[in-house]
Amino acid sequence: MTPPNDTGGSAKLEHFVSKTPFDPYSIESVTPEQERYYMAGQWRLMWWKLKRHKLAVWSGALLLFMYFTAVICEALVPYDLNSRDSDHILAPPQQVRLFHNGEFVGPYVYGLKVDIEEKRKRRRIYHTDRDKVQKLRFFCRGDAYHWWGLIEGRFHLFCPAKGGTLFLLGTDRLGHDVFSRIVVGARVSLTIGLVGITVSFVLGIVIGGLAGYYGGWVDSIVQRIIEVLRSLPALPMWMALSAALPPKWSPLAIYFGITIILGLLDWTGLARAVRSKLLALREEDFCTAAQLMGARPRRIIGRHLLPSFTSHLIASATLSIPAMILGETALSFLGLGLRKPIVSWGVLLTDAQDINAVALYPWLMIPVIPVIVTVLAFNFLGDGLRDAADPYK
Amino acid sequence: MFRYIVHRFMIMIPTLLAITLIVFVIIQLPPGDFFETMMNEMESRGSSITPEQLEALRKQYGADKPLWQQYIVWVWGLVQGDLGYSFEFEKPVAQIVGDRMWLSFILSFTTIIFTWIVAFPIGVYSATHQYSWGDHGLTFLGFLGLATPNFLLALVLVHFANVWFGLSVGGLMDDKYIGQPWNWDKIVSILQHLAIPVIVIGTSGTAGMIRRLRANLLDELQKQYVVTGRAKGLPPFKLLVKYPLRMSLNPFISDIGNLLPEVISGAVIVSVVLNLPTTGKMLYNALLSQDMYLAGSFLIFLALLTVIGVLLSDLALAWLDPRIRLQGGAEK
Repeated sequence: MTPPNDTGGSAKLEHFVSKTPFDPYSIESVTPEQERYYMAGQWRLMWWKLKRHKLAVWSGALLLFMYFTAVICEALVPYDLNSRDSDHILAPPQQVRLFHNGEFVGPYVYGLKVDIEEKRKRRRIYHTDRDKVQKLRFFCRGDAYHWWGLIEGRFHLFCPAKGGTLFLLGTDRLGHDVFSRIVVGARVSLTIGLVGITVSFVLGIVIGGLAGYYGGWVDSIVQRIIEVLRSLPALPMWMALSAALPPKWSPLAIYFGITIILGLLDWTGLARAVRSKLLALREEDFCTAAQLMGARPRRIIGRHLLPSFTSHLIASATLSIPAMILGETALSFLGLGLRKPIVSWGVLLTDAQDINAVALYPWLMIPVIPVIVTVLAFNFLGDGLRDAADPYK
Repeated sequence: MFRYIVHRFMIMIPTLLAITLIVFVIIQLPPGDFFETMMNEMESRGSSITPEQLEALRKQYGADKPLWQQYIVWVWGLVQGDLGYSFEFEKPVAQIVGDRMWLSFILSFTTIIFTWIVAFPIGVYSATHQYSWGDHGLTFLGFLGLATPNFLLALVLVHFANVWFGLSVGGLMDDKYIGQPWNWDKIVSILQHLAIPVIVIGTSGTAGMIRRLRANLLDELQKQYVVTGRAKGLPPFKLLVKYPLRMSLNPFISDIGNLLPEVISGAVIVSVVLNLPTTGKMLYNALLSQDMYLAGSFLIFLALLTVIGVLLSDLALAWLDPRIRLQGGAEK
């Protein structure tokens, strides 16, 4: 652009009209990449944001893997849940090796030799027998099991050598293989958190939703109830409630009883989140519009209000699963929660109850490792989800 | 301030009533009652008890009245300090409980102090060195403490205390001091024995406290007044301590409401594992033998400890923070 003065004012500017078609949006034009971002839905944005949180993604993948193994656990382990080897009680873990005398033989373990020490209360001393090379068998037929208690099968991913033993994580005082029991125990321990969170989710959404939508006296009553429940120490209450479960109940009934107990005290946090969100959102225009069109409260809450913060709810639910898993472990460890013959990580840890176990049979404490890993993974995933829950920030 | 205190006390009363109701329901939950259990036990031992005798016992303890009457009698007893009657020990609950309540109280109190002492420097370090290796490492340690079940940590620590320091740490004091009058040696012995339970119970709470202090301090550090202070050339340490740190100290007081139930839960399971003579162990035994009145009074005690702790923390917070005091309402 040249200022008009420059030409001295004598020469007139030529009349010019550009022939190219006018694009009113030329300034606002976006690259395809930007367009993809602006047009993406809420969930897609969240996924992109979550993907940047590497730790959360890996934790999520790990959890998916663990739940997948829990589905097919019987086939993944060398022994059946109830098979006992009374010749090898409290045997230490056997190390898987690849080379024998400098020669590659594939995965194998050395056999176990048992000496019984008469003086010290018939304690068994185990030695590795370096002459016995017991090669692992893969895709083999082993102990019979009932998959999910229904379908009978004998297929195992890997088994001990014929006549040999394969105790990857040692055995307990009845001669059960600890590794097999940990993997199978995952089924109960991992699902108890999910079922428990479902209970508390339903309670939290219904109660918090009512309080937040109606406000007024409903809200203040709910607030008081939440305050009372939050001031109660959780574990003693869980203990008292599970001690009240009738001992005559079947294992399955006890399992559901425990999940309900865990959920009964846990919903308060979710209810609070739902309530405060609803209190804020019910003033929004889209809510008024729905009201004017004659929608009933249930439809407004369920159809218009809840979806706008489902992501937050999922994040906070993920963060409260660890407490349930730890709660179940603690209850079962104390003998007040799940009991044998159910196998969960907490039940397995009851074997490590006395100090002797820590000193002499430390492998009985191994079930704590999956507990820690699961709890950490849920925490990391929950953190990532919480950050991703609000992708517009 | 006075109005706030009165208001705060007024809301405590319905809370306590609700707690008694919940606990009473729990007491009544197990199928059958203690007398039936007792009858079964007597029969298994060969001596029998006639139904008439059973009825007489029930009448004596008021177990034949309708539930709501039992509840009123029980709550009225609680108000007067009568904690009920333990059927297993055949003594009033108040007599059995005695010292244990104090020990529970001491344990919880020490644990909270421990949590503060540990969380404070770590939280400040993590916030001022955000995303450094130290921050990541400490955060991970905190998570690990959160994820490890208390009871197992207790067992392992006891084992290593035994191996490395030759400490035997069962119980809360050396055996020779049990039942002795209080003196200096006894206090030292108790402190030695307290170390492990306090560390174990403290770990889970500490992690949460660190995270909250870190988050609060990070929020404060980004505010304009900090930038102004830095631009004016205040020394970094003075700038940190004088304003943002004071602002972010609130969670230390206000979080007692969250921390205390956690600490008390932790204390219960740890005292079972470590065989501490606190309420936790007794509660556990009472629950196992279905001595529900004994269990009920422990539950009430634990809940009361929490409620009073939260009350004190609210009052302290109101005293420290005029924003809460002047609002008049309880914003929790």
